Amino acid sequence: MFNYDQYLRITKFPLIWCPGCGDGIVLKSLVRAIDKLGIEKDSVCMVSGIGCASRLTGYVDFNTLHTTHGRAMTFATGVKMAKPDLHVIVITGDGDATAIGGNHYIHAARRNIDLTVILFNNHIYGMTGGQVSPTTPKGMLASTAPYGSMDHTFNISGLAQAAGASFVARASVHNGVQLENYIAKAIQNKGFSLVEAMSPCPTAYGRRNRLGAGVDMIEELKRDAVPYSKAKKMTPEELEGKVVTGIFINEEHPECRSEYQKIIDRFQKEK
Amino acid sequence: MTLKVKEKKDVEIEISEAWCKGCVICVDYCPHDVLIMERGKAKVANLAACTACMLCELHCPDFAIVVRDKSKE
Ligand SMILES: Cc1ncc(C[n+]2csc(CCOP(=O)(O)OP(=O)(O)O)c2C)c(N)n1
Ligand code: SF4
Ligand code: SF4
Ligand code: SF4
Ligand SMILES: [Mg+2]
Repeated sequence: MFNYDQYLRITKFPLIWCPGCGDGIVLKSLVRAIDKLGIEKDSVCMVSGIGCASRLTGYVDFNTLHTTHGRAMTFATGVKMAKPDLHVIVITGDGDATAIGGNHYIHAARRNIDLTVILFNNHIYGMTGGQVSPTTPKGMLASTAPYGSMDHTFNISGLAQAAGASFVARASVHNGVQLENYIAKAIQNKGFSLVEAMSPCPTAYGRRNRLGAGVDMIEELKRDAVPYSKAKKMTPEELEGKVVTGIFINEEHPECRSEYQKIIDRFQKEK
Repeated sequence: MTLKVKEKKDVEIEISEAWCKGCVICVDYCPHDVLIMERGKAKVANLAACTACMLCELHCPDFAIVVRDKSKE
């Protein structure tokens, strides 16, 4: 057994998430990752936006900030700039981070500010009942796409990598151990670190698209997962509908808060 | 040569009825059919078959199942 209790606000349980929602598996993996690294609870600040995924901050016994829709990255940036010694962890969803908050997401990555972003990708706006999100696959149904989504999707990990993130990985809730390992690595990296966590939403996405219950969607994730090492040798056609998992980039480069510190130090010396 | 005898696992499985949402994920993950569903909740049906692999505990989204491997305590 793993003792989660010391990291949780037990009085808030049971979790609000639906039966079979994958978000609880991400929460568990995150807690184990922090425990594995031996990080003090008080040195962690978790910041979330709005959405089902973002509800996570209500359940954990760290410093927590539940902010406004799309703005988790901006609040987190403020926290990191003011309190650079904190481990700032952002909890966000595909809608929160790449629709309303898309601008903040790419610029936080571009600045390579030392945030660990756990982005729950369930291909939908779960909380508000299933509107199309920037990651809803083409052809899939949503309340705002009754004939199937028409649009090309964002590759969330690719977006962060192209923008300048120094650690980018994708894992899925079907493999809680891998998820935990990637989150631990992301926390250790000094710079913008993304873990894209594929997590099923059986209620607002699965039901409308007849994907079965959460457990069936997890089985599907298991079948569709392709390790990055293998994916590199596959054609785009072969990768159609697959979920590539792995670490895409893990390379430290100048980090925003540290660069800012250099400026502070320079002026203090001149004073 | 020493013969490796498979250790008999001394395990205890606790399921919280209040937190279990009946999602069946633990049953699906268990490689040894230790768990079943009964009246919408997970239940231990064959404790002796449990190898304490922890797959059910790792993937229960609701913190409802706890596997205690007493040989490790
Ligand atoms: C400014 C503003 N616009 C819209 C909303 C309504 N709203 C709440 S959650 C949400 C989408 C959440 O989607 P996602 O980030 O993918 O989270 P999920 O619920 O899927 O985990 C929206 C549009 C809001 N709360 N605030
Ligand atoms: S609506 Fe979807 S994402 Fe939200 S709690 Fe339910 S299953 Fe999870
Ligand atoms: S620990 Fe492993 S063997 Fe035991 S009940 Fe859980 S999944 Fe089954
Ligand atoms: S995985 Fe957890 S919530 Fe789901 S049926 Fe098993 S014990 Fe209950
Ligand atoms: Mg979502």
